[in-house]
Amino acid sequence: MTLDLSLLPDGGVGWLDASGRHADIVLSTRIRLARNVEGYAFTGRARDGERLRVLAQVREAVGSIGALRESVMYRLDELPPTSRALLHERHLVSKELAGLDEQHPLRTGAAVFLADGLGVMVNEEDHLRLQALRSGFALQEAFASIDKLDRDLGARLPYSFHGEFGFLTACPTNVGTGLRGSVLIHLPGLVLTKEIGKVLASLQQMGLTYRGLYGEGSEVVGNFFQISNQTTLGRSEEELLDQLLRVVGHVVEREAEARRVLLRDAGYIIEDKLWRAYGTLRYARSLTFDEAMNYLSGVRLAVGLKLISSLSVYTLNKLLIFSQAAHLAFAEGRALTESETNLARARYVRKALEGEAGSVG
Amino acid sequence: MLCDSCHERDAVVHLTTIENNAVHQLHLCERCAAERGVETTVATPKHPLGEFLHDVHQQVATSRNEAVRCSFCNTTMADFRATGRWGCARCYTNFEIGIRELLRRVQGSHRHVGHPYQPPMSEELERASVLGELKERLRRAVESEQFELAADLRDRIRVME
Repeated sequence: MTLDLSLLPDGGVGWLDASGRHADIVLSTRIRLARNVEGYAFTGRARDGERLRVLAQVREAVGSIGALRESVMYRLDELPPTSRALLHERHLVSKELAGLDEQHPLRTGAAVFLADGLGVMVNEEDHLRLQALRSGFALQEAFASIDKLDRDLGARLPYSFHGEFGFLTACPTNVGTGLRGSVLIHLPGLVLTKEIGKVLASLQQMGLTYRGLYGEGSEVVGNFFQISNQTTLGRSEEELLDQLLRVVGHVVEREAEARRVLLRDAGYIIEDKLWRAYGTLRYARSLTFDEAMNYLSGVRLAVGLKLISSLSVYTLNKLLIFSQAAHLAFAEGRALTESETNLARARYVRKALEGEAGSVG
Repeated sequence: MLCDSCHERDAVVHLTTIENNAVHQLHLCERCAAERGVETTVATPKHPLGEFLHDVHQQVATSRNEAVRCSFCNTTMADFRATGRWGCARCYTNFEIGIRELLRRVQGSHRHVGHPYQPPMSEELERASVLGELKERLRRAVESEQFELAADLRDRIRVME
């Protein structure tokens, strides 16, 4: 089985279109809910047959839900590694579900249902991980759609629920609401002004945490941070999201302020540094992933500061996703060595920037 | 990329400083960064389960309930300690007392105050519930001598049974 992305109306990357609020600072908002189906052992403890029965039961329920009736299902356990990695690079499935995590080999029955901005991962760490993904800073909108999906699914499938502990999950850090809201945010201003340490420390005091581009266990590259709630129990879904909304709103303001300070106090140095980043991306013949991320971070800041005017945030968002290893291999139609990947990445970035280069400067 | 200071270890801290209107970039390994007193902003956040698993370990050591197994999935406290994951929903009942205390420490609470949930009724449960209601109505119909209604209810119950 090969991956047919044309089945997905927007390739599953509608969230890249930069249409949301504060899109120059906030790339995307994601909310996920962890749920388990009553009557089966949790995924990690379940046998193959149980996981397949869970999948069959979910599939039947999905068929009668409006928001998912047109959804596409991919069986991860039937896809080759590059296709699985590609879905992961698009933030549509987790590393664990894609079987890319050394600790968690690919499981029989691992699948994902994808529709416009919504996804249901089946047989992840929990039987169900529902997720809503939106462009920009859009916690309320994301929650409205995921909550509706959750109610629809929960009316057709019996979830594991405990009167005192709430929705039961394999990992105790998800129990209760099972809700993790996360905002993918670009903070070069706070990094350059060295304010970031204070901001990150204050997040933890507010019950929030941060991670890298790909969530738990991933490193921070290109000044991209994912800010999310740390706890899932003892507060309602609305309270958890209100807190995240307030704090991230404050971080966005501080980032905007840091950018103003940079322009005011170190204008030409910043301008020079950012144009050098642009120059490297425009002409380099080989780029590692980290290099590309760091230079893209610089160019993104330049666009945010209006130093570069003809590049769109949408193009930059696409570059971030499509210049990753599995995407490059997929486009070339074959597996690439590391050096081939770096060459292909530089070629891809050059072409994309050439396309919009007309009036740059 | 190697550390700019020791030239031995991989650089993990990328420091950008602006001094006298000049931008300096310094790539340091964790040790050299620490020696220079650089606060790393890319430090991996402390795994929330680290402390939790430690707690479990202590609790198990004192409560001597190592032998308890979940009646549904056979998970033991030792399994949980090794993986950090429960085996099934029933584990939450079987290890309830320990879990309550641990959730209080890890999550700051053990009480769900979010959305309530009522699972959908299975066909069998639904049938039993309808049947129960019909029988109750039959009892009341007989008591109030509404025999026509009672006969009708009896027929419906017979069909369902």
